[in-house]
Amino acid sequence: MKLNALLNVKSLVGVSVLGLGSAFALTAWSQDAGETPSITPRSMADALHMVMDSDRAVYTRRIVNRLAAKDKVITASEHFEDEKALVLPAQMFRFGAEMVAERAEANPDVNFSYSLQSIWPINKQNAPQTEAEKAGLQFVADNKGQNYYANEELGGVNYFTAVYADTAVAPVCASCHNDHKDSPRTDFKIGDVMGGVVIRIPIEQ
Amino acid sequence: MIIAFAKEQGIATVWLLWILVSCVLCASLAVAFYSKDNRVVFMPGPLSAGHHQLGDSCESCHSDAFGGGPVLQTLCIDCHGDDRKKPFDSHPIAKFKDPRNAARLEKINVTLCLSCHTEHRPEITAKNGLTQPLDVCFHCHEDIAEERPSHDGMAFVDCTTSGCHNYHDNRALYTDFLVKHMDQPHYLPELTVIEREFVSVIDQIVEYPVDRYPLNELTVDDSDEPTTATLDEASMSDWLASSHAKAGVNCSACHQTVNAEGELSAWNDKPGLDGCSSCHSVEVKDFGKGKHGMRLAEGLDPLNPINAQLPMHTDNAHEALTCNSCHGAHLYDVQTAAVDSCLGCHADEHSLAYKSSSHFGLWQAELDGVGEPLSGVSCATCHMPRVNKDVSDWLSRVVVEHNQSRYFSPNSKMIRPVCQSCHGLPFSISALSDPTLVTNNFQGTPNPHVESVDLARKDAQRHAEKKSP
Repeated sequence: MKLNALLNVKSLVGVSVLGLGSAFALTAWSQDAGETPSITPRSMADALHMVMDSDRAVYTRRIVNRLAAKDKVITASEHFEDEKALVLPAQMFRFGAEMVAERAEANPDVNFSYSLQSIWPINKQNAPQTEAEKAGLQFVADNKGQNYYANEELGGVNYFTAVYADTAVAPVCASCHNDHKDSPRTDFKIGDVMGGVVIRIPIEQ
Repeated sequence: MIIAFAKEQGIATVWLLWILVSCVLCASLAVAFYSKDNRVVFMPGPLSAGHHQLGDSCESCHSDAFGGGPVLQTLCIDCHGDDRKKPFDSHPIAKFKDPRNAARLEKINVTLCLSCHTEHRPEITAKNGLTQPLDVCFHCHEDIAEERPSHDGMAFVDCTTSGCHNYHDNRALYTDFLVKHMDQPHYLPELTVIEREFVSVIDQIVEYPVDRYPLNELTVDDSDEPTTATLDEASMSDWLASSHAKAGVNCSACHQTVNAEGELSAWNDKPGLDGCSSCHSVEVKDFGKGKHGMRLAEGLDPLNPINAQLPMHTDNAHEALTCNSCHGAHLYDVQTAAVDSCLGCHADEHSLAYKSSSHFGLWQAELDGVGEPLSGVSCATCHMPRVNKDVSDWLSRVVVEHNQSRYFSPNSKMIRPVCQSCHGLPFSISALSDPTLVTNNFQGTPNPHVESVDLARKDAQRHAEKKSP
């Protein structure tokens, strides 16, 4: 009886030690997983782009296309304040990029930037400027379904730069660009590559 | 001479004298710095028209003696940040944060206010505090003629001086806006001056103490001043006639403040901005951003007209400028505040010509009951207009813009909130760009021809032709 009790106590202590050890090990592992830089710049850029692209596609299809094109209860306009209209999907995207730039400045651990550009820009300031942008936007326009990755140095900082095709996900994308007075191209169709999303992540060389 | 003096008096005496002179010099500089009266001796050059009132308060901009550019930038944004965002700014800083602009920023770092607005450099300071050459737009818009063939051959020094563009606020000047309003008549058939709405939106003003001061008209028996308060008959009579008494705002609302526990502070015979802020925090904050209130906002003595750079009447030269200077304690007559208070101090040609203008004629007619409501044009109608303002991220309401600099300099900022309440766009642009009309308070007819409107019209025609089969 005493031996059994002793064994039971030993078992109990053993199980407890094992359990505690496992808990500590798991805790340590989970901390490591959160702090070890196991994500490559490329996979991070791919993930960021997936979020950006999905959010904007949802806004374009479920808000702009539904309310402006289908239900016709409101318009979307680049002068949304003056016209009391919806923000254009491209503007929504840019406002987000500007907000990220401001927030990232206050939090240097989170450091990336992104922009929407095109080799057929309505606003010429959104034409590609750097060599990587020029090559990347041409590449994604010529190679549908493929992304472009490069390293570049800007202002003394090295960046991993990724360029993703930006396609017309709804009829309004093509029609708005085709109708805009400053658009250099007027034959876009749904599914066409209209430009590209450029994501930059600073890296150490 | 010093050597001869040293030989004669001994080197110890020279040293002693040198130490004495140095101490006197240091003490004089210390007194000048800490008394704030003669700080100008430390200034590398005079301040611009926008900041000259803060000459005795170096720390308003130089909050850290060794902070340099980043500290100054933070202070710029603290005061001017609200207007440096879209839609009020065509070139918000956020636009240039992307690394793709690195090559541009190497030419001119437009993310720093100081790149274009250096202080203490009057020899290179142009209108609106610009300290860059007038053709600064060239850096980024060198190939504008390719995008806009109509601009071929135009000089870059004319981008902003022609009245066609501003670097910051282009809300009334962008092409689509010109196209939309290019055929407006000189006088719009319907006035769109914004009505005041304060009383009707009190429930939306979170800081308004409506529980303590419900909207019930008060009488002399309701006044809650303590027996120790000094109150004369005129003050009581003014308060009873004021919109405050009519809206249930008792004496304690201004003369006492409420702490976090809801307790009233001790009675203050002469309340400052705090007394007004309990209900009018937006107005007080804006007042502190304009030239009238910027000293108070910095915790300095209030502005005196004698310290202004614009011509002022001498009889009020030493009047301290607070809320009550214009609104008048107890009566708070907004009609007085809208004209007489302004003209009591301002003595420039534009102000002196006001009472001969058709704008004043309309104001007088409205006061006399002859003109339609909101048809009068006071000084405040143009320089402190009622605007529908975003008072938070979630709420906008009608307030009087108490920062009179906000819709001024360049004066095209007035077009949308002010001029277009009554006048068409081409008329407004033309009138504001005519210095003679500005000086004589718009006594005359502006030139109906506006080149930027012509260019916008051509642009619209080009687009229509492109679209037509």
